[in-house]
Amino acid sequence: MNLKDKLTTGFFELENKGELHIDDSIHPIRTKAFEAFENKGFPTKKEEEWKYTPLKAIINKDYEITNSYEAAVELNDVKKYFIQDVDTYKIVFINGVYSSFLSETTHSGIDVCLLSSAIKKPKYKLILDHYFNKIAKNNESLTHLNTAFTQQGAFIHIPKNTVVSKPIQIIYFSLNGNQFLQPRNLVVVDENSHVQILERHQTIDDSSNFTNSVTEIFAAKRAIVDYNKIQNDTEKASLIDQTFVQQKDNSIVSVNTFSFGGKFTRNNLEFYQEGERLESNLNGFSLLGNKQYVDNHTVVYHNQPNCESHELYKGIYADKATGVFNGKVIVHQKAQLTNAFQQNNSILIGDKSTIYAKPQLEIFADDVKCSHGCTIGQLDETALFYMQQRGIPKKEAHALLLYAFGNDVIEKIKFPKLKERITKLMAKKLGVELGF
Amino acid sequence: MSKPILEVKDLHAGIENNEILKGINLTIKPGEVHAIMGPNGSGKSTLSSVIAGNETYDVIKGDILFEGESILDLSPEERAHKGIFMSFQYPVEIPGVTTTNFIKAAINAKRKSQGLEDLPAKDMLKMIKEKSELLEMDRKFLSRSLNQGFSGGEKKRNEIFQMAMLEPKLAILDETDSGLDIDALKIVANGVNKLKNKDNAVLVITHYQRLLDYIVPDFVHVLHNGKIIKSGGKELAHELEEKGYDWLK
Ligand SMILES: Nc1ncnc2c1ncn2[C@@H]1O[C@H](COP(=O)(O)OP(=O)(O)O)[C@@H](O)[C@H]1O
Ligand SMILES: [Mg+2]
Repeated sequence: MNLKDKLTTGFFELENKGELHIDDSIHPIRTKAFEAFENKGFPTKKEEEWKYTPLKAIINKDYEITNSYEAAVELNDVKKYFIQDVDTYKIVFINGVYSSFLSETTHSGIDVCLLSSAIKKPKYKLILDHYFNKIAKNNESLTHLNTAFTQQGAFIHIPKNTVVSKPIQIIYFSLNGNQFLQPRNLVVVDENSHVQILERHQTIDDSSNFTNSVTEIFAAKRAIVDYNKIQNDTEKASLIDQTFVQQKDNSIVSVNTFSFGGKFTRNNLEFYQEGERLESNLNGFSLLGNKQYVDNHTVVYHNQPNCESHELYKGIYADKATGVFNGKVIVHQKAQLTNAFQQNNSILIGDKSTIYAKPQLEIFADDVKCSHGCTIGQLDETALFYMQQRGIPKKEAHALLLYAFGNDVIEKIKFPKLKERITKLMAKKLGVELGF
Repeated sequence: MSKPILEVKDLHAGIENNEILKGINLTIKPGEVHAIMGPNGSGKSTLSSVIAGNETYDVIKGDILFEGESILDLSPEERAHKGIFMSFQYPVEIPGVTTTNFIKAAINAKRKSQGLEDLPAKDMLKMIKEKSELLEMDRKFLSRSLNQGFSGGEKKRNEIFQMAMLEPKLAILDETDSGLDIDALKIVANGVNKLKNKDNAVLVITHYQRLLDYIVPDFVHVLHNGKIIKSGGKELAHELEEKGYDWLK
């Protein structure tokens, strides 16, 4: 049975068992979403946005779709995937099931908890009715699919005038067999509040998982949201990450995506600017080798005047790795005085790696400043020789240059422990010790 | 007589089918300052690069000995660890790596090759302070990305700062004077002279006599079309300044 048929059967099974009927207002959204998925099916290479994406190979595999079960995980086995030595809230799932043992949630002052429990509680009804699935509607069948199956994920609500003192880590672990996982996160940050979040999907054995994740982020007036994604999964793991951001006046939202590993990673990141004088930051850094694939599709909808967007994506691709960058900026005719900057730089190492880069600016307003720059290069041989001449061995010189290349993206991380972590990860991937 | 630091023997080198150096002979002993002068395109930078081990160039024939041993099979970093330093005609910009971090990495790489521990941070800082003062360097350059946005003169000064930090046995200065105004030239020359002693040597490559008023050479060689066509004492530099190169061809 192919995955689509299997999902159809699975959907109705869950329906019959009543497992998808956890809330009256969400249920109709779910049914509609499923119909949309059923009609469209999985995207194929015939669709412009999926032209380079080898999705077929991934959906042709056999996955467990309904029998997610908790597996025993020792803290010691997974500790390394957390940011440590700093106090954080944690929402942790194992095979899609919440792990209270590994989590540290809260309802005091802010809500950091499970989406499923928020859906069930009347006191969150207003928030859910107002925000759930309100911006995740790009009409992608994969988004519909996630909505149809939405069961579990993180729910974060920061009421107004709150600076959350601890970063929040959302971690999805998976193990024991090839699973199809569909996490769903909802982040609502009210006026004048500030939060830092880290999201990670991690396979901890050699299963070949497929994760289709959706996250909706709402930033009210003057809210500041830093959302970081560490993608460093095994070379058997596939991830489709769809993140939607809506911003109101004077808010600042940054989404930083670090892709260091995974067999297949597709990031769809969409920003909807629905206020004035706000700032959207999209940063990405990829460092991949072997046959890994990462695909960053971003869209910024400049719908209001006086807003900014800053986009910086860099990638290093070695061996037979492939990168795709597709950055769309759409400036609505009423979005005068827009400042939109986009930069995409890639380094190809060896002659078997590939990058497809496509900046797309669609500008319907006349008084705007938009720029984009796109470069694809190789490692600078003269710089290598220069460093070697000063006594730095070739391998380290190589690493130092690549590190330096990615440095301005790393500098965007505002959470010091994470920055340290990313630097270390980079050094490890590059096979050197970076002393700073 | 002390044994030579550098011996270049009938060196032929080039790129692909283009022979750039066509039989160079040069011997440099400890305590000596040599100057190589010659018109643009004569092969001065190529010679420096080949001595430093740049793999862009192929050595076709001949040998290069450093303290009596052939270094042709050594990588650029191994040559650097032995004590060869080359100041680049066009120093490279490296965004994302500060001058301080870069020089630390260079010094510790050399120490590692000698089986030594990293230089303690305190000693490193002291040395950086000393050497940057010697070159009258603005401290802000030390914390900026290496050479990024530096003027030509600042880059050259940074090269000599690195040389001062690394204390090489043989320093090759490839057109270090270009891009320097007269004050900076004096500071850089003074720096080089201070580092000079009876055990090390300097090979100055220049277009003009100017630098040689401050770093006074024991020997001057004229390079033309990949060959040394004349050698002499420091007075040869003056002669070249007056007459140009044409009379030699
Ligand atoms: N990397 C290179 N590729 C091709 N030709 C080169 C290269 N380096 C040097 N050459 C050629 O070799 C000759 C000598 O160059 P160079 O050593 O830079 O001279 P100089 O430093 O004396 O001005 C020139 O004709 C130059 O074009
Ligand atoms: Mg030159």
